[in-house]
Amino acid sequence: MKFSVVVEVSLRTGIADPEGATIERALPALGFEGISSVRAGKCFRLNVEASSEAEALERAIALADRLLSNPVIEQSTARIEATA
Amino acid sequence: MTTRVGVVVFPGSNCEYDAAAAVTAVGAHSEFVWHTATSLDGLDAVILPGGFAHGDYLRPGALARFSPVMTAVAEFAAAGGSVLGICNGFQVLTEAGLLPGALQKNRGLTFLCQPSLLEVVTSNSILTSRATVGATLSIPINHFSGSYTCDDATYERLVANDQIVLRYVENPNGSRDAIAGVSNEAGNVVGLMPHPERAMTALLGSSDGRVLLESFVAGKLVTR
Repeated sequence: MKFSVVVEVSLRTGIADPEGATIERALPALGFEGISSVRAGKCFRLNVEASSEAEALERAIALADRLLSNPVIEQSTARIEATA
Repeated sequence: MTTRVGVVVFPGSNCEYDAAAAVTAVGAHSEFVWHTATSLDGLDAVILPGGFAHGDYLRPGALARFSPVMTAVAEFAAAGGSVLGICNGFQVLTEAGLLPGALQKNRGLTFLCQPSLLEVVTSNSILTSRATVGATLSIPINHFSGSYTCDDATYERLVANDQIVLRYVENPNGSRDAIAGVSNEAGNVVGLMPHPERAMTALLGSSDGRVLLESFVAGKLVTR
């Protein structure tokens, strides 16, 4: 079966995020008040061949840890979007 | 015997000729090694030059670490061979796990291309064995993702093992503890964001990179 998986990669807590901070600083000038804790990250969509959702997520996390993220500074989460 | 230095060329490297010229300028032999090479036999030292290996897609160094040559570089390093990563080469070495920590986007999100003053923190590395601890060197930087980052445990190990090789006098990119270059535990693998190969002659602004290249090709093995 083919599963559509979304992998999100974000900086670990405690790692400075200059992109997120810059976005946050720009918001008040654009009229968006009361927005805080902005963190920037990356989102990947993949179709994964697997026999179950759990296996699809496991494969997605494995490749996220090996390639999509740098585990020294980033963390990854995976979720099923829909069965393709 | 003349030291034989391999300069690894990835698709997207762009400082390989400068690195090779710098190696030649300090009396060593240089040759290019394409990223598909699986052996570094016959070489005494290896440089991973600056540039944008594999387009820097995903993250700087993220794809380059899977080039075939990196397996050979890891074996070469494990056997005590001298390995130097400059700028993008430093990013590749951290992604490959051959050096601790990571390089992230500069604080301020600005591409920095300017001279920088560096302090020599230790002479206990293949890059600084002939440099004077405490000396200040003027070496240019040219990067967007050069902010050195690591967790507290890694930082404490770096300090305890004398692995911080160079620091910025004025931290331009938000690096932790103004770190510009680090070594592995044995001192035979060194990475730095500044470009010593671009500081080889006073005519071009500085010759302070010479002492670093001279140290590197001398290949003095570090005793710790």
